[in-house]
Amino acid sequence: MDEPAVRGSGELQPPSTPLLDELEEGRWPSFVAELKRAARRAPAAADLLGQLERSYADNTGHWKRGGIVGVRGYGGGVVGRYSAMPDDFPAVKEFHTLRVNQPAGFFYTTEKLRQLCDVWDRYGSGLLNLHGSTGDIILLGTTTENLQPCFDALGEIGFDLGGSGSALRTISCCVGAARCEFACFDTMDVTHSLTTHFQGEIHRPSFPYKFKIKCSGCPNDCAAASARSDLAIIGLWRDGIEIDQEAVREYVRGGLNLFERVLRRCPTWALAWDENEQELRVDSEECVHCMHCINQMPKALRVGRRRGAAIMIGGKAPVVKGAMLGWVLVPFVELKPPYDELKDLVVRITDFWAEHGKSRERVAELIDRIGLPAFLDGIGLKPSPQMVAAPRSNPYLFWDDDEVVKHA
Amino acid sequence: MPRTDFGPPDYREMIPPIVRDNYGRWRYHTIPRPGVLEHVSDTGAVLTSVRMASPRLVSTDWVRAVCELADKFCDGHLRFTTRHNVEFLVSDPSRVEPLLDELEARGELVGGVGPGISNVVHTQGWIHCKSAVTDASGLVKCIMDELYDYFTGKIAVPARLRIAVACCVNMCGACHCSDIAVVGIHRTVPRVNHEMVSKSCEIPSTVASCPTGAIRPNPKLKSVEIIPEKCMYCGNCAAVCPAIDIMDPANDGLSIWVGGKVSNARTAPKFSRLAIPYLPNHPPRWPEVTEAVKHLVEVWRDRAKPGERMGEWIDRVGWERFFQLSGIPFTDKHIDDFTHATTTFRCTTQFRF
Repeated sequence: MDEPAVRGSGELQPPSTPLLDELEEGRWPSFVAELKRAARRAPAAADLLGQLERSYADNTGHWKRGGIVGVRGYGGGVVGRYSAMPDDFPAVKEFHTLRVNQPAGFFYTTEKLRQLCDVWDRYGSGLLNLHGSTGDIILLGTTTENLQPCFDALGEIGFDLGGSGSALRTISCCVGAARCEFACFDTMDVTHSLTTHFQGEIHRPSFPYKFKIKCSGCPNDCAAASARSDLAIIGLWRDGIEIDQEAVREYVRGGLNLFERVLRRCPTWALAWDENEQELRVDSEECVHCMHCINQMPKALRVGRRRGAAIMIGGKAPVVKGAMLGWVLVPFVELKPPYDELKDLVVRITDFWAEHGKSRERVAELIDRIGLPAFLDGIGLKPSPQMVAAPRSNPYLFWDDDEVVKHA
Repeated sequence: MPRTDFGPPDYREMIPPIVRDNYGRWRYHTIPRPGVLEHVSDTGAVLTSVRMASPRLVSTDWVRAVCELADKFCDGHLRFTTRHNVEFLVSDPSRVEPLLDELEARGELVGGVGPGISNVVHTQGWIHCKSAVTDASGLVKCIMDELYDYFTGKIAVPARLRIAVACCVNMCGACHCSDIAVVGIHRTVPRVNHEMVSKSCEIPSTVASCPTGAIRPNPKLKSVEIIPEKCMYCGNCAAVCPAIDIMDPANDGLSIWVGGKVSNARTAPKFSRLAIPYLPNHPPRWPEVTEAVKHLVEVWRDRAKPGERMGEWIDRVGWERFFQLSGIPFTDKHIDDFTHATTTFRCTTQFRF
């Protein structure tokens, strides 16, 4: 690659920003300091500072709405953005974002990150989010003209675009088996495998609305999958937790108040301390795999051996019908490469939703509209009691023709 | 035709050797000091992760500086967390102290592990979003300038406390399940530019976009009209039709929500609930919001039992006591009247006075 063209001498003067300057004070790392660093080299970053200062002065944003831009062969991955004040801030007249699909688990070599910086210094503002809420690397701010060459250069260093619009969005996950003993499945491998398998669905929007998938390796749900993904894959085990009794005793000797901190916080009172034997007992039938005891004593307690995941459906933010948390769709599934069962389920869900969903209707809202029984029937899943907090309390049941006696 | 659909870099080429060799074999972890995790593998290998605060919106200079540190102390490997912190992955124990020293010398904050306040998940704000009521990055900076001692572990707290900021009710970061969420809100009915509707909007989809049926076609004007009594200012119509404007700097503001969580530990995941319906949007330092968040942290910190998240504490003491203890007035705004409202009404005489 040629020397980056936009990575200038660093001699540009950032604009005067008395309001934003106040955000360089204080102990927390300052994004304004970052904007100024970038502004010393990139005119777009300088004008972003100027426009942001204006927003701080008049309490409103100054971006236009609308504007579709992209790169060849893709229907998404780029968010078009135009300044509403192009005369005052010409360098952000076009200030588009590229959503760049992160490696699973957000692991990087410094070599890879530097290559990314080189591309972005050459073609963009030099500003980025590590990472956006969905998981992508967000490259903030480039021109329409630079989009294609930037994408081509990203491709040369092995970075592809993520999702935007009514598409499968970039999949993300917790660190999982790479660095966590709680992982009940390989979150990073599932994420990578689904991502490579569903490239078409990510890059060419063909759904009623966005569809997000996130993987968390255990019920602690560090990826916040159940709150912010339409399909949350949350690690779970079916058998009992494993106990290292000597390590339990070590925690107790070390001052852990076993009763206060662990036993009485167990949601099902599945744990008991055997005073005579000085051993912790677990009633595995009662355990609901909440992780609390394991979180408190990671050295002594481990997730069980029969590991897999629960699949939750429908998590989303408020627009349109209100926020939803994911509902249990599959109480337990083993997840082994190549994850065909999971991929097939994703296809059944998105096919059914694409057929029956209205425009801008998330899958949770479709289920809310047609009912969970109809949805289960549509994707070929059988009902199970884990799906409900409680069975229905009203008497308005639907019966199919083959469930009642036909009159002549 | 350029190459397409090749996907992201393979994580197997990004992970450090110690992670590759101990993948799926980690046995337990400890937190030897705030901001530091020590994972021990079945093989006996020990990986130390040092977690550093990030502003999330960074320059390439920042990335290069972080890379320099990772080269010096971690053989060129690092990762980011789901809450946007940096993690330096140190496989050589003798390099941990020098790394911590260097981070301190650079003025970086190390923390965000275990009980305490980690980085704030947030949305894009005025930096890049067309529908932002406020600037998330600025709010986060101001809130964490007040609360960083909870990040670094200098002030102890009963449990994890997760904060999120969303610039409008779209809540892109899905902050609706946070211990404390700050959400930008509108309070006035959007204005329709009738002339522009006919040119730039599809009327049926604009009508259909309204969750409360507050929009009807106006055939005379070839436009739409909004029934003010039905509108709850969600802005969905404005997202569908650029001729509808919901921005109202004089009235837009911030709301504060409490008690959500996503973890299944002990109790089920739960939504954050409305605590403060409206605070003014006052950049650049947002004193009202910052003070309110700090106050809520302290009310919880001083009363919750060890291990009790904000929502678990409130469930135990009751919402009536939450409002009493926090001094936040309970108003008509706090009673839900949207889609799932009736599920939030109390059906028992079990309450406190």
